[in-house]
Amino acid sequence: MSSPHTGAETGALQSPPAVQVADLHKAFGDLEVLKGISLSANTGDVVAIIGGSGSGKSTMLRCINMLEMPTRGAISIKGETIEMKPDGRHGLQPANAKQLRRIRTRLAMVFQSFNLWQHMTVLGNIIEAPVHVMGVPRDEAIARAEKLLDRVGLSDKRDVYPAFLSGGQQQRAAIARALAVEPEVMLFDEPTSALDPELVGEVLAVIADLAREGRTMLLVTHEMKFAREVANHVVFLADGVIEEQGPPDVVYSAPKSERLQKFLATVQ
Amino acid sequence: MLDWIAGLASWELLALDPPGWGGVLLKGLAVSLQVAVGGYILGFLIGVGGATGKLYGGPILRDILDVYTTLVRAVPELVLILLLYYAGTDALNQLMVLIGAGPMDISGLAAGIFVIGVVQGAYQTEVLRGAFKAVPHGQIEAARAYGMTSLQVLRRITLPGMLPHAVPGLANLWLIATKDTALLAVVGVAELTLVTRQAGGTTKSYFLFFCAAGLLYLMVTLISNVAIRRIERHARRGMPAVR
Repeated sequence: MSSPHTGAETGALQSPPAVQVADLHKAFGDLEVLKGISLSANTGDVVAIIGGSGSGKSTMLRCINMLEMPTRGAISIKGETIEMKPDGRHGLQPANAKQLRRIRTRLAMVFQSFNLWQHMTVLGNIIEAPVHVMGVPRDEAIARAEKLLDRVGLSDKRDVYPAFLSGGQQQRAAIARALAVEPEVMLFDEPTSALDPELVGEVLAVIADLAREGRTMLLVTHEMKFAREVANHVVFLADGVIEEQGPPDVVYSAPKSERLQKFLATVQ
Repeated sequence: MLDWIAGLASWELLALDPPGWGGVLLKGLAVSLQVAVGGYILGFLIGVGGATGKLYGGPILRDILDVYTTLVRAVPELVLILLLYYAGTDALNQLMVLIGAGPMDISGLAAGIFVIGVVQGAYQTEVLRGAFKAVPHGQIEAARAYGMTSLQVLRRITLPGMLPHAVPGLANLWLIATKDTALLAVVGVAELTLVTRQAGGTTKSYFLFFCAAGLLYLMVTLISNVAIRRIERHARRGMPAVR
């Protein structure tokens, strides 16, 4: 999907970052949630986004696939910038619906509250986007879905409806649904926050497994220990700005900013 | 007792072939069912459009739909039927003359379907609007996040997702639709009630024919109930049973 190289792209030897966020702003009315965030993740990076509640970390993640429209800024996926235009009310709106839909299929989101489609079986949820959005033949999608179910340990739940599963099982099914579109980037929005404590481990194990195989992931989480283990880059958000970022060992062991020190002290 | 009923009724009047009126009654039932099915489907289409318009449309569209559902639900159905049937066909004919075509002959069946559809549409709009709102927003968000178009979200997620919430209300409206067709007798549509009156008037066996018609309506309801139970079970397949 790379664009033809032009003379202007002198640094084109290196592949563009998987995700690039530039000067991202988001306001809900008068409330400014994001105040200029710039961030970039290369292919294979696992970026953990941490911060207190209300720091804007979920909003930032939701702006990347335009579930929330930014008020200002730019998002690029693999070098392709998502086209936006002014919405006439101090904000932005998608300028190219087709492009946005195509890019969205390259970004798979895993939600805090799973958001599985309740009227479809686990298998139905997994093959939905491949079959109906991407046009994958049904048998092929089913064959792939079965491998994914095996991988997240839900082979025996193939024909069960989500409401009959535990939270941990639902979230693992949601991860299989995300993997089914063979995404370039996975977006995890607090994937374990809605789970009972004893179910957190099974979901984290699946995510850690994905991180190990080199998937590009952006992970908003409250699981500090887990973030340290799986991420190769940690971003600390406070009040809508990136207060500090770096490799996990540095961020966790030698935090420079006072706010991060305080935050780490309260959560650890 | 049986003698008394037998005295009132001469069963041969119900024979399918003339001079029996059974065939006429069944033909009337077929017309009633055609009007009910056609009107119900039209009402469902209006209802889906109306509900999405009310939920996601602009302020002008929402106002228009509010006027529609309020007016139709405020005016007695019999009045609406007289109004839409006579005024509607009249307006259509004047329009046809205006654009140069001659006045057209509007079949009672088509007019009946239109009238029932408009009435059903108003009620179904409200039933569906409530059901749409019962679909958790996260499921719609997930559909958008995986690249679905608005139409795909509606067809693949919102419509099947709201169905369990809509079936009880829609089932009620279906049963009402089957009986609203009887009101079309006043405008001369040869549905079950009108042909029953004709049969009764001709033979003076009113009791027999209205009992027969009543039984036919009852059978429609009983068969509908079986179908509704199946549809509801299917719509609720993803929901744990609450006891």
